[in-house]
Amino acid sequence: MGHQRLLSKIATNDKHGENSPYFDGWKAYDRNPFHPTNNPQGVIQMGLAENQLCFDLIEEWIRNNSKASICTPEGVHLFRDIANFQDYHGLPQFRKGVANFMSKARGGRVKYDPERILMSGGATGANELIMFCLADPADAFMVPTPYYPAFVRDLGWRTGVQLVPVHCDSSNNFKITREALEEAYREAKQNNINVKGLIITNPSNPLGTTLDKETLKSLVRFINEKNIHLVCDEIYAATVFTTPRFVSISEVMLEMECKKELIHIIYSLSKDMGLPGFRVGIVYSYNDDVVSCGRKMSSFGLVSSQTQHFLASLLSDEDFIDRYLEISKRRLAKRHSFFTKGLETVNITCLPSNSGLFCWMNLRRLLKEKTFEGEMKLWRVIINEVKLNVSPGSSFNCSEPGWFRVCFANMDDETVEVALKRIRAFVGRETNNGKRVELKRWKSINTNKLRLSFNSRRFDENVMSPHSPMPHSPLVRAT
Amino acid sequence: MTRTREPESKSKTSSPSSSSTGMKLIVPLQGVVQGRGGILLGSLIPCALFYFFQLYLKKRRRSNDKHPSSNPPSPSSSFPELPRTPSRSNLSSRGSLTGVRLSRLATTISDDDSAYYVGLNRASRDPYHKLTNPDGIIQLGLSDNTLSLDLIGDWMRKWGSGGDDGLSINGIATYQAFDGVDELKLALSDFMHQVMGGSVHFDTSNMVLTAGATPAIEILSFCLADHGNAFLVPTPYYPGFDRDVKWRPGVDLIPVHCRSADNFNLSMTALEQAYSQARKRGVKVRGILVSNPSNPVGNMLTQDMLYNLIDFAEDKNIHLIVDEVFAGSTYGSEKFVSVAEILESDSEYIDNRRIHIIYGLSKDLALAGFRVGVIYSFNKNVLATARKLCRFSSISAPTQRLVTSMLSDKKFIQDYFETNRNRMRQVHHEFVDALSKIGIKCAKSSGGMFCWADMSGLIKPYSEKGELELWEKFMSIAKINITPGSACHCIEPGWFRICFTTMSLEEIPLVIERIRRVVEVCKSSS
Repeated sequence: MGHQRLLSKIATNDKHGENSPYFDGWKAYDRNPFHPTNNPQGVIQMGLAENQLCFDLIEEWIRNNSKASICTPEGVHLFRDIANFQDYHGLPQFRKGVANFMSKARGGRVKYDPERILMSGGATGANELIMFCLADPADAFMVPTPYYPAFVRDLGWRTGVQLVPVHCDSSNNFKITREALEEAYREAKQNNINVKGLIITNPSNPLGTTLDKETLKSLVRFINEKNIHLVCDEIYAATVFTTPRFVSISEVMLEMECKKELIHIIYSLSKDMGLPGFRVGIVYSYNDDVVSCGRKMSSFGLVSSQTQHFLASLLSDEDFIDRYLEISKRRLAKRHSFFTKGLETVNITCLPSNSGLFCWMNLRRLLKEKTFEGEMKLWRVIINEVKLNVSPGSSFNCSEPGWFRVCFANMDDETVEVALKRIRAFVGRETNNGKRVELKRWKSINTNKLRLSFNSRRFDENVMSPHSPMPHSPLVRAT
Repeated sequence: MTRTREPESKSKTSSPSSSSTGMKLIVPLQGVVQGRGGILLGSLIPCALFYFFQLYLKKRRRSNDKHPSSNPPSPSSSFPELPRTPSRSNLSSRGSLTGVRLSRLATTISDDDSAYYVGLNRASRDPYHKLTNPDGIIQLGLSDNTLSLDLIGDWMRKWGSGGDDGLSINGIATYQAFDGVDELKLALSDFMHQVMGGSVHFDTSNMVLTAGATPAIEILSFCLADHGNAFLVPTPYYPGFDRDVKWRPGVDLIPVHCRSADNFNLSMTALEQAYSQARKRGVKVRGILVSNPSNPVGNMLTQDMLYNLIDFAEDKNIHLIVDEVFAGSTYGSEKFVSVAEILESDSEYIDNRRIHIIYGLSKDLALAGFRVGVIYSFNKNVLATARKLCRFSSISAPTQRLVTSMLSDKKFIQDYFETNRNRMRQVHHEFVDALSKIGIKCAKSSGGMFCWADMSGLIKPYSEKGELELWEKFMSIAKINITPGSACHCIEPGWFRICFTTMSLEEIPLVIERIRRVVEVCKSSS
């Protein structure tokens, strides 16, 4: 049809990634979203890494700090300046607040320079912006598997950058090895692909693990030797809820010789603070040229000045931030523990993890065939029969079938309980072939015990924490 | 042999391409000079000559770089190729320590020395303030409207807290629809209906909201054209287009020159010519980009001209993008006609799938900081793609809520428009009058936030160079930042864009006085 020719290649290719079967789960949720009273048989959204555990803390802060919103009589005298402020440097107080928060999320072990902070449209925009600064179309970035599916879109759709996977597997808990890096690099070179850098997510999405210092140092050594960039997506930095503690790339840089101008950090408030709707993406670069050119590019994704002003206040309240980080950690730990223990009662293990808003669930023994087809079959059953939207490992480019990412921080306790019940019932059905009768008896005793102790615990998570309020999956609406 | 290597390594940092030509000189020369001493001389003399030649080139290049060119190096050499010499020398002087390159785009951006941005930066470093910095630079280069911000401040005082729920983040902290929440789209649809004269209905399903008009233009460029394609754009045009369309989408802008004799109105002949010349050069033109009311001139497209543009786009099978961000900022007697109005009245005969409108709240409602932009299109495929692309530039949720509230207050919006229009009219009239009293005439305009002033009589020589020298005088003697026409790609030198909406009536004499200083200086030196 004549009008198809009217569109650009970018408009007509599918590098946005939304045609992948990964999004079928979202569509299923959207058609039939779970609601505890209105639709208790609906699909529970466990594919969205959103942090809803600490809204109450922020709401409380807002009530006590009315100047921050500039919408109140106390704050309005600032309005004239704020509403018109579109300087791509950003409000100085905002940048200071972000630098301060980033430092606190790393236990104060590193300090950040507000002058190096660039804004962009969420972490999505930040990842794209850094690629535009560092790589040309057809250049490549290495990325360890499994990785966040939307990297394909964020890093490569408009930029033309390709991703070169660095394979990691469960034999060593998906650690990134020097050998894997060398192999990926070598293969790229053989295929005449120009590798411009390596991008890592630490804490990892989907694994929920943090990189240890040795691995980080080895990555720095690698990029130094190859003279390529290192982009560290640290958007889950403050979701580390148990040991080992988070080690940021900035910390490692203090302890070793390295070319600073090769290192860049991506940050956001969408995960750590649970404010994805605010669209706050941050690029922090140790490279002056990147800061200067990235700043000009940030015009395409500036953070609303109203939001900047609000966050400047919120993030500079040292006491509040300390309290918030502490409580958030505790609640995440509790939720994680509750969920993983619930899975263990049906012998489902997850990769041991210390961070993130999800678990990397091992369902390999439930696969009828140990292939990716088998994984997709199992996944469709989970979506359509168990009615949970979880994300299959293949969508994360995982090299082994059978892994699934399950998000647990975007719902309240009751919903988690419903989800666990469904999983238990499902696994029970799957493994109920006579062999496991004793196990079942043991399981039922233990789950009863678990239920009792659950009821008797006093959660400081309030009973009124919001249900997953997503009326429409943003991804589905986008198509 | 080591001596031959020395000049090579020195030249590597400045122009590798000339080092290879250097080698081509040296080797045959050596062959010419025979004998042992001859080999020494045969190596030494050409090397020495070559070295001094490089030094001479370097010196020349340095003096060229001092003059800011208003045209940033265009990345429109459409196919990925090596960047040209000056930018490479800049880059390697910075990057040679690490040897690692940033992207070509990063180089283009850092080389961008458009007077538009340079001026904005200089003014922001030494900003005028009545009390604290009376000798600072007065910013007249940014089309902001502060004339009626007090009204918005009043509204905030009364209604900004929005009742008990107003301060809550309930429902807005989480992920929202990336192309804007329905309530805001509805509110914007109503607002645009009012702004565009009350005669057009805007359908919310044709809207994609973005964080400002800047990403809206970029996103449309990505949807409608490939890297290396081009849009036709009448000159003079808003300098920001060079950034929004060229930088990341890599779409070139082909100027269609308009002249003062026509009051800088677009001529269809010029458009046809520009189109066919581009075709001859093998450039694929994908659309026309116009602003209406026009930035920087401030004139408006007539209904006839809009029809002509629509026909032209249909005939050539290309798109028409109309940037209508100043639609509500009109002060003249002419009525603004949105292209949407034409489409609505003639929907049966016009194929609306190639027409796209850009809008936003930065100008008409002075909310530039809030980042609210709109892509309005009738093309379902464009909308579908834009919806995916706006993930990179979505409006912050609390701002969506606040703006929805403001726009829904119809009475306030009505009052704001009336008052603002009157104030703009007053300031515009006074300012243009005062300018003409010191001998500076402005192009006829009825919209926008600026005057397009003819200072060609003050420049010497009558060229871009002369214009930029005058610009420098304004910066350093008069201490005001105005935008030179060359930054807007105007074909006639000597025109300047002066924004008048950040001045109060009381401040006009001060500004005029400063301008007069420069006029005197120019007159006395001629």
